[in-house]
Formats: sequence, C-alpha cells, structure tokens
Amino acid sequence: MDTLFAILQVATLVLFLVLLYRPLGDYIAHIYTGTKNLRVERGFYRMIGVDPTSEQTWRTYLRGVLAFSLVGVLVLYGIQRLQAVLPYSLGMPAIPEGLSFNTAISFVTNTNWQSYSPDVTMGYSVQLAGLAVQNFVSAAVGIAVAIALVRGFAYRRSGTIGNFWVDLTRGTLRLLLPLSIVTAVILIAGGVIQNFNGFTDVTTLTGGTQSIPGGPVASQEAIKMLGTNGGGFFNANSSHPFENPTAWTNLLQIVLMLAIPFSLPRAFGRIVGDNRQGYAILAVMSTIFVVSLSALSIFEASGAGSAPQLAGAAMEGKEDRFGIFGSTLFATTSTLTSTGAVDSMHDSFTSLGGMMPMLNMMLGEVAPGGVGSGLYGMLILAVIAVFIAGLLVGRTPEYLGKKLGPREIKLASLYILVTPTLVLAGTALSFAIPAVRDDVTSTSIYNSGLHGLSEVLYAFTSASNNNGSAFAGLTANTPWFNAALGAAMLLGRFIPIVLVLALAGSLAQQDRIPSTAGTLPTHRPQFVGLLVAVTVVIVALTYFPVITLGPLAEGLQ
Amino acid sequence: MSTSRTFARQYGVAVRAMIVFTLVLGVAYTALITGIGQLALPAQANGSIVRSGNTAVGSALIGQSFTDADGNALPEWFQSRPSAAGNGYDAAASSGSNYGPENSDLLAAIADRQSAIAASDGVSVAQIPADAVTASASGLDPHISPEYAQIQVARIAAARNLPVDEVQQLVSNATTSRDLGFLGEPTVNVLRLNIALAGLAG
Repeated sequence: MDTLFAILQVATLVLFLVLLYRPLGDYIAHIYTGTKNLRVERGFYRMIGVDPTSEQTWRTYLRGVLAFSLVGVLVLYGIQRLQAVLPYSLGMPAIPEGLSFNTAISFVTNTNWQSYSPDVTMGYSVQLAGLAVQNFVSAAVGIAVAIALVRGFAYRRSGTIGNFWVDLTRGTLRLLLPLSIVTAVILIAGGVIQNFNGFTDVTTLTGGTQSIPGGPVASQEAIKMLGTNGGGFFNANSSHPFENPTAWTNLLQIVLMLAIPFSLPRAFGRIVGDNRQGYAILAVMSTIFVVSLSALSIFEASGAGSAPQLAGAAMEGKEDRFGIFGSTLFATTSTLTSTGAVDSMHDSFTSLGGMMPMLNMMLGEVAPGGVGSGLYGMLILAVIAVFIAGLLVGRTPEYLGKKLGPREIKLASLYILVTPTLVLAGTALSFAIPAVRDDVTSTSIYNSGLHGLSEVLYAFTSASNNNGSAFAGLTANTPWFNAALGAAMLLGRFIPIVLVLALAGSLAQQDRIPSTAGTLPTHRPQFVGLLVAVTVVIVALTYFPVITLGPLAEGLQ
Repeated sequence: MSTSRTFARQYGVAVRAMIVFTLVLGVAYTALITGIGQLALPAQANGSIVRSGNTAVGSALIGQSFTDADGNALPEWFQSRPSAAGNGYDAAASSGSNYGPENSDLLAAIADRQSAIAASDGVSVAQIPADAVTASASGLDPHISPEYAQIQVARIAAARNLPVDEVQQLVSNATTSRDLGFLGEPTVNVLRLNIALAGLAG
C-alpha cells in the first residue's frame, strides 16, 4: 500500500515535469537566443553601462562572471558585518568575520552551506537584501555559463560566445523572477509565512510560553528551490513547518527544484538544432535519478541499524506529514540537484541511506544537477563518453559536429578532477593536520566512530559540489571548517566555470563537420547507456575507498 | 587595448548591476510578495495562528509540548513527538537531533521513551509507533501518527473522567488523511486536538 502511494507521488512529479519540459525548455531557449530586449532591460543596460548587442570572447565572458561574483562576495560580506545597524535585524549582532566569509562564498557560489543557525543569527535585512539576492543571481550565473557552453556547440567559426551581462539579466528578469513571484504566492496559500512580525510570544494551552517566529519566508523559499540554492530561512530548512507546511507543498518544492534543471536539456537540444540530443541527455539524467531514488527509499523503508530497529522505523529526523517516502524523494532531489535543502535530517538516515545523498553529490550533481551547473556538468561527461567511445573504435571523437581534440579533452578531464581533489584532500587534511584533527574530533564531530568520518566527508562533498546540505550534527562554525569549506566552495564553483568557458570558446571557433557513417550517434539508447556508465564508473573509481571507510563500513557492521 | 581600463570597466558594471539587483530582487520583490500575502492571504502569511476561545494559543503549523515546567508529560493532554528544538518545541530554535543510527545516546533515549509510554498508556512496547519515540527533523512537528493518538485515548479518558467514545470521536475528527488522497501520511494535529479536548472539558 505504501509503495502504491509512493509510485503515485512519483507519477505526479513526472507528470508535472513532462508538462514543463517542452514549454519551459523552449522558453529558456527563446530567452537566450532572442535578439529583442525588453524596455526595462534596455533601461537597465544603460544604467549599468553595457551594450547588449555586443558579443564577448570567452575570456571577456569569464571576466564578467568573476567580477560579478567577487563583487557579490564583498557586498554580502559587508551586509553581514553591518547587520547590527541595518533595519529589521531583530536585535541580532554583526556576523563574525569567519562566518561572514564562509556564508558570503556559500551564497555566491549557489551552495548555501550554512555553518550557522539562521533562527538566531540572521535578521531580515541580511536574509532579503543579501541572501535572497544571491539566490537569484547565483542561479542566473549558473544558467548563463551552461548556455555559453551550448552556444559553443551551436556556433560556427565564432570568436564569441554571447554576452554575460545580457544572459545574467535575462535569466534573472525573464525566468527566475516571474516564476518566483507565482510560486511564492502559492506557497503562502499553503501556509508558508510572509511577514515582518519578528517573534510573537503566545501562551500555550498548558500555560507555557512559545515564541512564534515571523519573517519574509515565502519570497525566499520560492527562489531557494527554483534556483537550486537550498539555504533555509530557518535552521530546520524545509522540514520547518513555516517553510514547508504540508505534503503538497513538499511535492511542489520538489517540482520547483527539478523544473529548470530538467528543462535545460530541451533548451540545449533547441539551441544546437536537434531536439533528440536533448532527449538523450534527459534520459541519462532520469535513469540515474530513478535508480538513486529507489535505493534510498528501500534503505530507509527497511530501516536497518540499531536505532531504527529499536524504534520500529527510521523516523528519527523525519516529519510525520511527509513520512519516509516524502523524505527520501526530497533528499534525492535535493542532492542530485545542487540544492541542498532538507526536509529530513540526513545525519539520522540509516547508514546506507545516508550514503546515498553523498553518492548523489559525488556524481557531480548532473542528474539533473543545479540550474545550469547540472547541464554543463553532464555535457562535460558526454565529451568524456564520446572520447572513450572514440578510443574504442580508433576514430577522432566528435560531438554535435565538433571535433574533440587534445585541448577539449584536457579541459574536460581537468573539470572532472577538480571536485574529487577538493573532497578527498579536504577530508584527508581534516584528519592529517594534528591541530586540526584534535579540533575536528573534539569540537566538530557529533556522532563518534565511522559516522564521524561520514560527517566530515559529507561536509567536503557538499561544499566542493556546491550542494549545501549536511550531516548537520557536525559543528562547522569553527575556524578550520569556515576557512576550508569556504575555499572548497570557491574552487569547486569557479575552476569548473573557467574550464567550461574555455571549452565553450574553443568549440565555438570550430566549424561544424558533417556527420558521416562513422560518426557515433549521440541520441540513441546506446549512447545513453554509455554516458550513464561513464558517469557511474568515474565516481566509483574515485570515491570507493573513502565510502568503504565511512557509510559502507557502518552499514555492513 | 588598455587592459586595466576594461578591467576597471567590468568591475564598474558589476557594482552597478549588484546595486540594481539588490533593490529589485531584495527589496521590491520581497515587498511585492509581502503585500500580496498580507492582503490576499493574511491568515497564512501571519503564521496560521489558532485560538482557544479568544486567546491565541499558538500556530496550527507549529507543535507544542504538553508537559509541566520540569518537562514531565501531563497525562490529561495528548502528547506530541519528542523534540530536539531547544528544550523541546522551542519555535525560535528549530532543529533535529542529528543523532546517527548507531548513536548510543539515541538508543538510550528511545528505550526510555518506550518504557515511559508503555507505563503511562498501558500498552506494550510493540504497540508504540516509531514517531512516538523519535524526534522530528524540525523539532516542531505539529503532528503525530493516528496510531500514536490511538494509544493515548484510554489515558486521556481516564485522566479527564470522559467517556472513551467521546475522546475517540475527537481523535477521528482531528485525523487528516493524505493530501489529495495520496501525498504524505495521515496525521493528527496535536494542538488542534487538544484545543477540542479543552472545549469538551470547559
């Protein structure tokens, strides 16, 4: 019976995504290929001093991304440090330097890792003028970079790949903002709060006092999900009843996380002029998603491990209104995109269940991944898959009519080395540096033994892949974690972006070569299977040793 | 070809764009949503506050504890789930326990809760549902499972000198089925149930 309800819930989700795929994907393609500018956009370009008709080389495009992101970090850092003098701060003091640094990077990189408890740290001004703004623009930056890469495949003999400021503006104003306005209002109807009331004390039925929080939550919740950001207004994130009050808002939030990432393959297919290529990428993403969701759901429903067995089910850290399946569907979605929002506490999952969100992130968040980052991550893997297929048959690999020579393969290979290096080095250093190890084991780790290693591994996996979820028992507001995770988020976001834009530039310069009988077709099930296999094998080879030391060992005890 | 000038120009654009985005996305967007919420959906936008008689006693969405000052369960009220938010249902400090599945403190806590419920409600440990002995993700879960409400009925009836049927009826009234018939789980809102219970006694 429970399985039936689970299947119905997934069927509803699939229905929504199927209905969105073509119209939303086509709309996204239209946004980024249209030549007309809205009146309000023309005014904006004049104000900031940009010529919207000029195209940029990949180097100029990249400098725009980096300049805008650096300014974002500095502004967000400043807003946090000035919290005490800002209005609507609820009397909360300035955020300390280390935490401000970590949080500024976290929100600019679309990670939304939170070393702090927002309930007692962030007033309304920082939330809306700082964090919510980055929720929009960091998402728009991700989509812009993905579109630039797609243009690399679509353009012929072109020295340019688009205009960053135009892509950023259109993604924000035409895509994210209208969708956020609509969904924020729907969320309010479901019970998500939207006010500036501060804390309201009520006398409870038994005569105690309860301090009911207020805040502009719905406006932030909408873009938190749509932009695959994931940073909660409250500490409990999307498990908090004021962020996610009912089972249907839970499903809506899942739809919001997946809407843009799952529609981007359509936009990709449209822009390169072959919708079948979009369907192939979609098939790869969907296959991985379904397998991962099934695994987590089975692990949690069977409830292995001492505490779930004693209690009768794995309900520690889960809400009654969502139940086990509402929690596993959310967790899978959140970690296969780069969202990192939680409606249940991953630290309290069964041992093997807790491994699944980690594996999802280790896949590089490509099924379907974060807004933009998921598509460019998957296209990099497609380049690798085509290369491997080319090696097998002894032909120069080509994808979408573009030759993949040494330069392209080097860029793609470097891309897939970045996050594993950050994850494994960060985790290893946490235990290898004696002073750090003492601090990590005595202060930060909450659950001892193998689970403690998993907490640290999860943190670096989440930060390096710009996810933001956590095994939240870990106390991360320490000098080591604020600095190391801050660095991991920064490098995990921007090194891949540099490589992707460099690849886009070199692809755009090439002419398109006509496909021949010997060309590997990249829209057939054969290629879909190959791409799934490449994605999984790369992760398995990279992370198997450390997984066996953490969650796998705990689960098999 | 002056690289430093284009460099400076990029940062000028970035700063101006950031300022405009902050005004549009931070201020205007939030104000618009707040306006719509306060005008069209004020009850939800302000926290779904529920009243007992004329006084606000909490939010329909936020769980409460029904314990004495020392945290001991009061037998005449339906009990919520265990909570890791502050000292229990502290709405200003939402949190799960974050105990891992093999954590010995969690195992001890579950066993303690089971024996306490078995004693107070006169049931065997096997009859106690999992949500009764585990803390929720938010620490503010307003719901319990219908099974957990069920095993509390006899205790409430005895503590309040009410017929079991009458308490049973309240539980049935307060039980919500799955959203749209298939989303989530059936639940009982503890605060609403206890308000109805207070109405009976009064």
